[in-house]
Amino acid sequence: MLETIGPFFQKLYEGSGWNFIIFYEAYEYDRFVAAIWVSIQLIIACLAFSLVVGIVGAWAQGAKSRFIRLGMAGYIQFFRNTPPFVQLLTFYFVVGTITPQVDMGGYYEPVIGAFGWAVISLGFFAGAFNTEIFRSGIEAVPTATVEAAEALGYSRIKAYIYIILPLAFRVCLPALNNNLVNLLKTTTLAYAIAVPEMMYTANQIWSDNVNVPEMMIVLFLYYIGLVGILVWLMHRWEHNMRIPGYG
Amino acid sequence: MLGAKYMPGVDSTPKTDLPVLLPVKESARRGQLFCDMGGRLFLDVKPQHLVWLMLVILLWSGAAQAASKYGVVWQFQTVFKWTPFILKGFALNILISIFAMVIGTVAGAALGLMQVSLLLPVRRGSWVFTQFFRNSPWLVLLFSVMLLFPFELDLGFAVIPVPDWTKAVVGFSLPIMANISEVVRGAVVSLPSGQWESAESLAFSRRQTMWMIILPQCVKRMIPPWINWYCILTMATPLCSIMGVEESVTHTVQALNAEGDKPELLPVFYGFLLFIHFVFTYPIARYSIRLEKMYAVKI
Repeated sequence: MLETIGPFFQKLYEGSGWNFIIFYEAYEYDRFVAAIWVSIQLIIACLAFSLVVGIVGAWAQGAKSRFIRLGMAGYIQFFRNTPPFVQLLTFYFVVGTITPQVDMGGYYEPVIGAFGWAVISLGFFAGAFNTEIFRSGIEAVPTATVEAAEALGYSRIKAYIYIILPLAFRVCLPALNNNLVNLLKTTTLAYAIAVPEMMYTANQIWSDNVNVPEMMIVLFLYYIGLVGILVWLMHRWEHNMRIPGYG
Repeated sequence: MLGAKYMPGVDSTPKTDLPVLLPVKESARRGQLFCDMGGRLFLDVKPQHLVWLMLVILLWSGAAQAASKYGVVWQFQTVFKWTPFILKGFALNILISIFAMVIGTVAGAALGLMQVSLLLPVRRGSWVFTQFFRNSPWLVLLFSVMLLFPFELDLGFAVIPVPDWTKAVVGFSLPIMANISEVVRGAVVSLPSGQWESAESLAFSRRQTMWMIILPQCVKRMIPPWINWYCILTMATPLCSIMGVEESVTHTVQALNAEGDKPELLPVFYGFLLFIHFVFTYPIARYSIRLEKMYAVKI
């Protein structure tokens, strides 16, 4: 890869001064590729965790216990109305310091590192929105459908898994799409706790090579490309899951 | 398999794949649970409940960290001592959010109207512009403005220093501009086409239709999302502490440093930081939900 594009960017630098060093120098190239992997892992982990939180949360909102429902409402309002950046710092610096450490043979390392806290914090943040989105989807499922499931002998959890959730999912896909795009963009916050994802690595690269404008262009293209891919996937999914005549 | 004496539903609760008619009471209760599903609860929770919940969390986190050496009282005293300093930082958060919102709204409204222009190049161009700023991470936009903008302006006769926070205002107004542009476009498109047609039949020009018929109706639809974006913006303003702007997070970290970075103080300080942001944002968010409900039925 580097051999094919390297000479072009080297020439570009010598000719015009545009220093896309990540595309012609092996060391920076490796850093860049590593950052792509970390950021994609981070995004996928955050998306998955936020979806799980959303599904479980929407279910817990309809729980019998008043205590659980009140707790859920508190969780949602708290995470929706406080800055995600401060949430991340709180998780990492406050909760992170009281979690146990493991002996790594001579030195101690926390059970959950920066990457883990980024996933937990951003997952809970987006999960609060997902919970609301799924709840609105569940509310959109007609009562008659739920009653029909009940008449067929479905238990509450079975009806939730086999009847309500599949229908609700289709209703809330557009809203979910929006929120997941937002989450993808929010993963750049992990920069603040030194997760070596794209934002962080780009910062390191422009600090070392003083090529801020070039790295900014790369960053913009990278994130807009990722958002484009996510939106495309979600649209395809929406299209494939469409039930003719429903919704 | 089932024994001869065993009668499902009589000896035990029914366990079968076949459809079973449930007892009336049970099914009524279950039905109600589904109908209820959060919707009513959401209204039941009053702001004061959540403030209490926050206080409990704050107290609990303080108590959990209270080491034998430093008591809870001491922790809260320390926070209390630094409160004016942190609130001063928070005032800058609000100031940045207000300025960014004003700039973003004006630029966004113009861009949104360009998106419904009749000229194809204008429509396409403004669409691309909007999508670019809407789909870029806020942090990347903020970084690029902070790093690529000059720190002072040379006007020839005078050199004006550009403080960090004004650059942050510009950095935050860009994504707000793009999102407000989408709000404006969405509101214009969402109006029934009959409005345009009847205006045309009354011999309104396009400009007259826009200013006298379409936009006045749009304003009502745009206010709830506009407030929502203000909330999102306010919650994003702590990001500029990464670039060293002296706002609430920076001030909190400075206060912690001044107190010697004692880990016992972390929960109360960060808890307090979350608390002030919550107290500011939550009422605004509630208000926008109320407005949305008020405007929902009427056109």
